[in-house]
Amino acid sequence: MSAAPTAAAPAPPSSTAAGVWRPRKTLRRWLGWAFQGLTIVSTLLGLALLAALLFDVFRDGAGQVDGHFLSSYPSRFPEQAGLRSALLGTLWMLGLTAVIAFPLGVGASIYLEEYAPDTWLTRFIQLNIANLAGVPSVVYGLLGLGLFVRWFGLGRSVLAGSMTMALLILPLIIVASREALRAVPDSLREGAFALGATRWQMVRRTVLPAAAGGILTGTILALARAIGETAPLITIGALTYIAFDPQGPMDLFTVLPIQIFNWVSLPQKGFADLAAGGIVVLLLVLLIANAAAVALRYRMQRRLQ
Amino acid sequence: MIDLRVRERPDLRPTAAAAASNGQTDIVLMARGLSFWYGDTQVLDGIEIDVPGRQVTAIIGPSGCGKSTFLRCFNRMNELVPGTRVEGAVVFGGRQINDRAVDPVEVRRRIGMVFQKPNPFPKSIYDNVAYGPRVNGFRGSMDDIVESSLRRAALWNEVKDDLKKSGLALSGGQQQRLCIARALAVEPDVLLMDEPCSALDPIATTRIEDLIRELCEQLTIVIVTHNMQQAARVSDRTAFFTVTDAGCGILVEHSETQKLFTSPADERTEAYITGRFG
Ligand SMILES: Nc1ncnc2c1ncn2[C@@H]1O[C@H](COP(=O)(O)OP(=O)(O)OP(=O)(O)O)[C@@H](O)[C@H]1O
Ligand SMILES: [Mg+2]
Repeated sequence: MSAAPTAAAPAPPSSTAAGVWRPRKTLRRWLGWAFQGLTIVSTLLGLALLAALLFDVFRDGAGQVDGHFLSSYPSRFPEQAGLRSALLGTLWMLGLTAVIAFPLGVGASIYLEEYAPDTWLTRFIQLNIANLAGVPSVVYGLLGLGLFVRWFGLGRSVLAGSMTMALLILPLIIVASREALRAVPDSLREGAFALGATRWQMVRRTVLPAAAGGILTGTILALARAIGETAPLITIGALTYIAFDPQGPMDLFTVLPIQIFNWVSLPQKGFADLAAGGIVVLLLVLLIANAAAVALRYRMQRRLQ
Repeated sequence: MIDLRVRERPDLRPTAAAAASNGQTDIVLMARGLSFWYGDTQVLDGIEIDVPGRQVTAIIGPSGCGKSTFLRCFNRMNELVPGTRVEGAVVFGGRQINDRAVDPVEVRRRIGMVFQKPNPFPKSIYDNVAYGPRVNGFRGSMDDIVESSLRRAALWNEVKDDLKKSGLALSGGQQQRLCIARALAVEPDVLLMDEPCSALDPIATTRIEDLIRELCEQLTIVIVTHNMQQAARVSDRTAFFTVTDAGCGILVEHSETQKLFTSPADERTEAYITGRFG
C-alpha cells in the first residue's frame, strides 16, 4: 500500500488461487483481425458481383431505354417494340397490391402483437405465418387461379393478379411489421396506459409512430419482391402480348418481368437487347420504390424529433 | 409559483373539500386484504393499508418484497401482465376500483404513475405533456395546460424556449421531471412513483425530492424507494414491507415516518432500518 507508484503496470499474475491464466494476447488479436478480414472479403465479394451484374445489364440495356421504348406497345418487330403496357401493368399491380396487402398485413401484425393473448393458438398462427413466407410463389399462383380468377370470377385481370401478389407478400409484411412493433419498448406502452390511454390510443399514438419506419421499410421491400415475381402471374394467366393500356382493375394486363421473359425467349437478336432494356427499367422501378421508402422513413423520423 | 387551478370534475372526485371543511385528512386510498399472484406464485398476502390524502406515503422494504407490484395494484397496471390474479379490495375515493365494472382507463386517469426508468415518448416535449390531455379528450387551452404542468414539475424554465425538442434529448433528471409533468397534465388525484430517483444523480434526486414536497400540497403521493434517507426526507408516513420465507410480500408496519424510523414497533422493521437485514 505504501509503495510509490511505478511507471509500468505490473504484469498480471499468471496463476491465482482459482487457477492458471494464459491470456495468449497475440493469438486473440490475430483471430480478431482474421475474422474482421473475412467479413470485409464477403462484403466486397457481394458488392463486386452486384456491380458486375449491373454493369452487364446497363451496357446491354441502357441504350434501349428511350421515349419510344417506354411509350410503345410490344411488337413483332424488335425496332418498333416497347414496354408501355408492361410498365403500366406493373404500376397498376404495384398500387393495387399495396392497397390490399398493406392494411391487411399491418392490421394482422397489430392484432398479433398488441391484442392477441399469448396462447398456444396465437403462437401456432404466428409460426405458420412465418412458414408461409417460404412457400414457393407458384403455389400462390395456383391459389390465385382457383380462388380469384375462377371462383370469384375476376378473370385474368389486374385485380386478380394483385390479389394473388397481395397473398404472396402478406406474410412478409406481417413478419416485418411484427418485428418493428416488437422493437417498441414496453415502457412506452406502460407510459401511455398510465396516462389513461385506451389500448387503441396507445397503439395509435405511441406504438405505431415509433414502429412506422420499420413497418414501411418492410412493406416496400415486400412490394419490391412483388414487382419482380413472374411465376404466380403466369400461373393465373397474365398475357404476354398486350397492346393497350389497362384502364381499370378488371382489365387484362401484363407486367415487366413477363414481358422481359417473353423477349428473352424469342430468337431474334433485337429482342435480347430489348430484354436488357426491360431489365434496366425494372431495376429503375425497384430503385425508385426503395428511394421512396428511405424518404418516407426519413420524414417519419424527422416528424418524431 | 405553483399553479393551483383545479378544474371542475364532478365524477369520482374524492372528498378533498370535505377534508378541508372538517380539518382532518381523509383516507384517499385503501387496500383491504389485498393478495396478488403472478401465475401460481403468490407475491402479496393480505395487505391492509390506509393512504391519507395530500400526504406522501413511502413504501420501503427489501428487494423482491412486492413493493412495485403493490404500487401497480393501485392503478391496475398489473392486469396488463398476463396470468395475474388479485384478491381483496383497492378502494379509491370510497369506491372499490379493482372491479370488472370499473374502467381501468378512468382509474389510471385519476391515479397517475411515474416509473423507475424515465420513459418519455419519442415525441416533442410539448407532445409528451399534451399526450394525457389529448387521450382524455381535454377541450381547452393545451398551451396553458402544458405550461402549468411543466411549471409544476419544475422543468418549465429549462425547456420553455424549445418545446419542440424531442423529450429524449433531455438529461435523465430532466426526462424524469418531464414524465412527472406528463403525469400531472391529466390532473390526477394520486401520483404513484416507483423509485423515481434510482436512475438519477444526487442533484437531480434533490430536485425531485423538493418537487415531491411541493406537489403533496395538492395531491396524494405514494412513493416506493430503496433509499431510507429519501423516505425519511420526503414522506409523512412510511410503510415497511418484507418478504416471508415462502417468498410472499407482507406489510409489517405502517405509521408516521418519524415514528417508524425512531421507534419501530416491529423488530423486523428495526432490523431493516438499522441495516441488519437485506
Ligand atoms: N412480471 C412478473 N412475472 C412473474 N413474477 C414477477 C413479475 N414481476 C415481479 N415478479 C415477482 O414478484 C415479486 C415481487 O416483485 P416486485 O417487482 O414487486 O418487487 P419489488 O419489491 O418492487 O423489488 P425491487 O425493490 O427490486 O424493485 C418478486 O419475487 C418477483 O420475482
Ligand atoms: Mg420494484
